Amino acid sequence: MASKQNKNKSLKDLAIPKSPTGIDGLDEITDGGLPQGRPTLVCGSAGCGKTLLAMQFLIKGITEYNEPGVFLTFEEPTEDLQKNVASLGFDLKKLSASNMLHIDHVEVERQEIEETGEYDLEGLFIRLGYAIDKIKAKRVVLDTIETLFGGLKNEGILRSEIRRLFHWLKEKGVTAVITGERGEASLTRQGLEEYVSDCVILLDFRVTDQISTRRLRIVKYRGSSHGTNEYPFLIDENGVSVLPITSLRLEHKVSAEIVPTGIEGLNHMFEKGGYYKGSSVLISGTAGTAKTTLASYFANETCKNKGRVLYFAFEESPSQLVRNMQSVGIDLESHVKKGLLQIHSSRPSLHGLEMHLLSLHKLVKDFKPDAVVIDPISNLISVGSISEVRAMLVRLIDLLKLNNITALFTSLTQQNISGTNELTEESVSSLVDTWITVRDVEGVGERNRGLYILKSRGMGHSNQVREFIISRNGIELLELEIGPEGMLTGSARKKHRQNVSAQKDKNIKDIQRRDREIARKKKILESNIETMRIQFESAAEELNKLEMEEQELSEKLTPPIKKHIKKLK
Amino acid sequence: MAKSKREFWQLKLYVAGQTPKSVAALTNIKKYCEENLDGQYTIEVVDLVKNPQLAAGDQILAIPTLVRKVPEPIRKIIGDLSNEEKVLVGLDIKPLVK
Repeated sequence: MASKQNKNKSLKDLAIPKSPTGIDGLDEITDGGLPQGRPTLVCGSAGCGKTLLAMQFLIKGITEYNEPGVFLTFEEPTEDLQKNVASLGFDLKKLSASNMLHIDHVEVERQEIEETGEYDLEGLFIRLGYAIDKIKAKRVVLDTIETLFGGLKNEGILRSEIRRLFHWLKEKGVTAVITGERGEASLTRQGLEEYVSDCVILLDFRVTDQISTRRLRIVKYRGSSHGTNEYPFLIDENGVSVLPITSLRLEHKVSAEIVPTGIEGLNHMFEKGGYYKGSSVLISGTAGTAKTTLASYFANETCKNKGRVLYFAFEESPSQLVRNMQSVGIDLESHVKKGLLQIHSSRPSLHGLEMHLLSLHKLVKDFKPDAVVIDPISNLISVGSISEVRAMLVRLIDLLKLNNITALFTSLTQQNISGTNELTEESVSSLVDTWITVRDVEGVGERNRGLYILKSRGMGHSNQVREFIISRNGIELLELEIGPEGMLTGSARKKHRQNVSAQKDKNIKDIQRRDREIARKKKILESNIETMRIQFESAAEELNKLEMEEQELSEKLTPPIKKHIKKLK
Repeated sequence: MAKSKREFWQLKLYVAGQTPKSVAALTNIKKYCEENLDGQYTIEVVDLVKNPQLAAGDQILAIPTLVRKVPEPIRKIIGDLSNEEKVLVGLDIKPLVK
């Protein structure tokens, strides 16, 4: 990529120089800005932001690129213009005072003017030329020059003079923006696009299903590559910003860093102890399965580790979310106060999908978060079809990945008979890296919550369905309990546990009983042994006594016998 | 015609250099005034090439432009003023009956 750029550099120097507009995104679409020293036509229907775009081009030129500018307004008086753009934070008076900006209101009143004979618009040229020379302007806005057609009758003169004006502007070397009202068959009512051939930008304001979206398209840009799509744009308190969404490619760098999930038990279900940083995580489940709580845990954990989190809540207001999460032991408020956590709540129907994407994009750019939570994405389907939501999510995920921001989405799934989840399965599954499903486990008259990891790219993960309970202390994943009929949850788990402990008690008692039995047997045996020993003793004694008697007897008998024996000898 | 005698006409002709159109316009308006206003007028010629800052004051776009400053209201006539009738109607000058 880089080497390519170097090669093209010499060529690029030859290409037309550009004037950066300073408008978010527009410079990316136009590959650097509007053609420098040439007129650009901005056309669109009433109220689509032409004047604002032109004014922002001028003001950004002054404040960011130090290029003075002239604003020639044919429609609004200077004071009105000042008031209108003051709401966007542009202080025209101050800029005028510093001689960087010149606003001139050209009034064209038909009833005041009578025409007779030949004339030209040299007066306009002189006014403009005077203003340009006075402040050495590099940028000029003509808003809306077509008003002249309402004030002057001789169209032939007007057309040739406008053509001359555009040539004159080119000669002057100023970058000009000319606004034009959208015509019925042509881009502008008076066919101004014939005269401006270098760059034409079309603004559009569309309402589909009661939701309005502003869009911008570059109709032509001579001598330059440019984005050809319709890009949604936003007008907010900072003016116009355009989002070049489809220019993103799959080139983002990946991180091997791991971010914890915020739940001890869940961390252990992943081989590496959490999500990859910069990956996208989806938590899907039916209503009331604690998706928001899981998401809040992640936000809480990231904030605790000094990370910045952007939380988009499409269902709850920030204060409601904070309060609800307090009930499960998460103190989000302290993170909000520290500026680590930003909660944005809006109804999805507030504006179109593209607008949501754009405002997300802006917030991400401003806040530079480490993680983004969107709760829930399924709600967005109320403002667009599945394919539109999918397209938006693709771009959103790409954007976040490009910035190495961990994304966590929750998605509500309808539990229908076949058990498939329409939105999630069809549209998002291929986009996310990690998918956790929370679901109800029903049985024996109660409902319990189970959690499992459907997929986790690039990381081994547990295949178990884990039951979890939510208490005042938060989420706790329970150890797997397998009974004879499979996984056990809730009271079945308790019953199983009781059974197990009763069985244990019984076993212990059995052993004790057997021990006692043995002890008793031993005692019996011992007493038997004693008896026998005593019997033996008494027998021995008897024997002894008999022996003694015999001895005595023999002693008595001995002498006579001996004598008798001697006699015999 | 007593009223018109008291009326005074203050006219301004905006030109940009000595272009044929400007010259023609000046010649024409001088002629009409002499014929119809009996000296009760002034014509000021403003050359915007020399004084470009004056263009904004009278909202000058086209050249040449004739502006009737007095009597009020302000009227503007653009072009080389070749059509006498139109100019007189535009300036609300009633032709003197000769």
